[in-house]
Amino acid sequence: MGKTLFDKIWDKHVVEKIPDGPSVLYIDKHFIHEVTSPQAFKGIEQRGVELFRPKQTVATADHNVPTINQHLPIRDELSRIQVEQLINNCSRHGVELYGLGHPYQGIVHVIGPELGITQPGMTIVCGDSHTSTHGAFGAIAFGIGTSEVEMVFASQCVLQTKPKTMRINIEGALQKGVVSKDIILYIIAKISASGATGFFVEYAGSTIRSLSMEARMTICNMSIEMGARGGMIAPDETTFQYVKGRAFAPKGAAWDKKLAEWQELYSDADAVFDAEINIDAAAIHPMITYGTNPGLGIAVNGHIPVLDDIYDEGEKKNIEKALQYMGLKSGASLIGMPVQHVFIGSCTNSRIEDLREIAELVKGRKKSDTVKVMIVPGSQQVAKQVHAEGLDRIFAEAGFQIRQAGCSACLGMNEDKIPAGEYCISTSNRNFEGRQGAGARTLLASPLTAAAAAITGVVTDIRELI
Amino acid sequence: MENIDTDQIIPARFLKATTRDGFGKNLFRDWRYENNDEAKPKADFALNNSIYGGEILVAGKNFGCGSSREHAAWALQDYGFNAVISSFFADIFKNNALNNGVLPVTVSEPFLQKIFEQGNEATLSIDVEKQTITIDATGEQEPFELNPYKKTCLLNGYDDIDFLLSRRAAITTFEKESA
Repeated sequence: MGKTLFDKIWDKHVVEKIPDGPSVLYIDKHFIHEVTSPQAFKGIEQRGVELFRPKQTVATADHNVPTINQHLPIRDELSRIQVEQLINNCSRHGVELYGLGHPYQGIVHVIGPELGITQPGMTIVCGDSHTSTHGAFGAIAFGIGTSEVEMVFASQCVLQTKPKTMRINIEGALQKGVVSKDIILYIIAKISASGATGFFVEYAGSTIRSLSMEARMTICNMSIEMGARGGMIAPDETTFQYVKGRAFAPKGAAWDKKLAEWQELYSDADAVFDAEINIDAAAIHPMITYGTNPGLGIAVNGHIPVLDDIYDEGEKKNIEKALQYMGLKSGASLIGMPVQHVFIGSCTNSRIEDLREIAELVKGRKKSDTVKVMIVPGSQQVAKQVHAEGLDRIFAEAGFQIRQAGCSACLGMNEDKIPAGEYCISTSNRNFEGRQGAGARTLLASPLTAAAAAITGVVTDIRELI
Repeated sequence: MENIDTDQIIPARFLKATTRDGFGKNLFRDWRYENNDEAKPKADFALNNSIYGGEILVAGKNFGCGSSREHAAWALQDYGFNAVISSFFADIFKNNALNNGVLPVTVSEPFLQKIFEQGNEATLSIDVEKQTITIDATGEQEPFELNPYKKTCLLNGYDDIDFLLSRRAAITTFEKESA
């Protein structure tokens, strides 16, 4: 029997299998940030051991940093202490840090790929659930807790039980106005916020093959939102072209050797998955969420489910509670509903292609007076590119505010928060209660759908603007 | 309640600490208090009702979904919970809980409903050695799964990191062989 892409990479990284227990899985690259690493550094120091392979860990500051005036000391004391600890910990333990002010700083899942640190065939972990993003390169990449960060510090390994595998095949051409964010929101709505728990997902099919690397990252990024440990896509010419020439990509003979290895990374034709799902790309519309988990999504021109039509009592109660929090009605359409905020950013959708796509739509247009629009580029490199291409002028003319790189209003940890009761169309990944600030109401959507709402001030079907 | 995500268990604004201590007071913060005000506990939330108490939290399916923040497990433990029962746990949370001595007990959906039907004063017994959970009032029992390796760790207080440190030589050999 053939092997899946996942099995090929997994098997190559198992140091040993504990009888009746997990495997000791070797980790090629470890990303850390200021929020989930301090306790792990402390733990390793208390044990009196050195980091085992400090050169395989890369750090950045993203979750807790301000997105304005990054050259000034951080005003919030606790945030400042956390960022300072990261600086001290990295310098004490010999870990490369792309901190505030560094040209490589940015959201950890944006910088890894753009710097060429993320490569096919690798195992990659980070104390952040959206580490699944890196799977777009044909890597096994997943989020870990702080105890596991400490395990990697101690041994460059984690203890993991092998997950089941699922393949999601998406075939056909996408409708006009439908982008990769819509694909993943559609899949999560279809299989629910827990539909892939226990699985590692491979996305395959002609639709996936036709996507750019950045679009693929958006899909893999949200794998965790259906419970999957990670998502991955077999590397192909698109992948190789993207990686080639980046700062940390292999060069010369090393490139040729790696490329030959990477070309073997695909699921064999006779590989068997524990679950398989087929999706017709033509059935996907621009999507938006109405509830408080990413699985509660509908086509933007569709309707919120009618509560009385839901047979499962548990599900009915969940949706009822979500609608109450969101201030929305059973059976209603969202089209035309006013929103007060548009947030364009996060590890899901803050890359240069996202911003180019938006710039093309808003060029020559202005934002609605009733909406505040915030664009937070994923990294310093993205911000630099935005400027180089003159996109910043388009955004400024449209009345969109451009901030500095960080996680920002995706998780409301810094001061970029949405006020209680107000609606925000967000290109981020989670619409949980209070995620963007206590009482904030988040509607997840694609960058295009978010930009459309910025222009009109209301939930809009992007297909009417293009 | 189903799909309780880690942003509810411990909201992001409390993740600025650099130690593992003291998260319990902010456990379920925004469900516990009106407008984030400790003087205004929400009467309808279980942790604010003195009928409920103990070391076991019972929750609907897909508990711990969302962010990988281990702070969620630290908050539960710091508050005084030693076990969480649900019909379904998110993967990362499950590992985080086990790594902090908080036992995630997965039961069948019907068994979970039976627990809820017991009402406010139900007591439950969890036997880690035998891997069983019992509703004390009725004697109804269900076995639960626990990885034998993790079970040994839990029962003996062993630590994954000590184990991995002991494997450094083998890991070095692995690195050489796969280079």
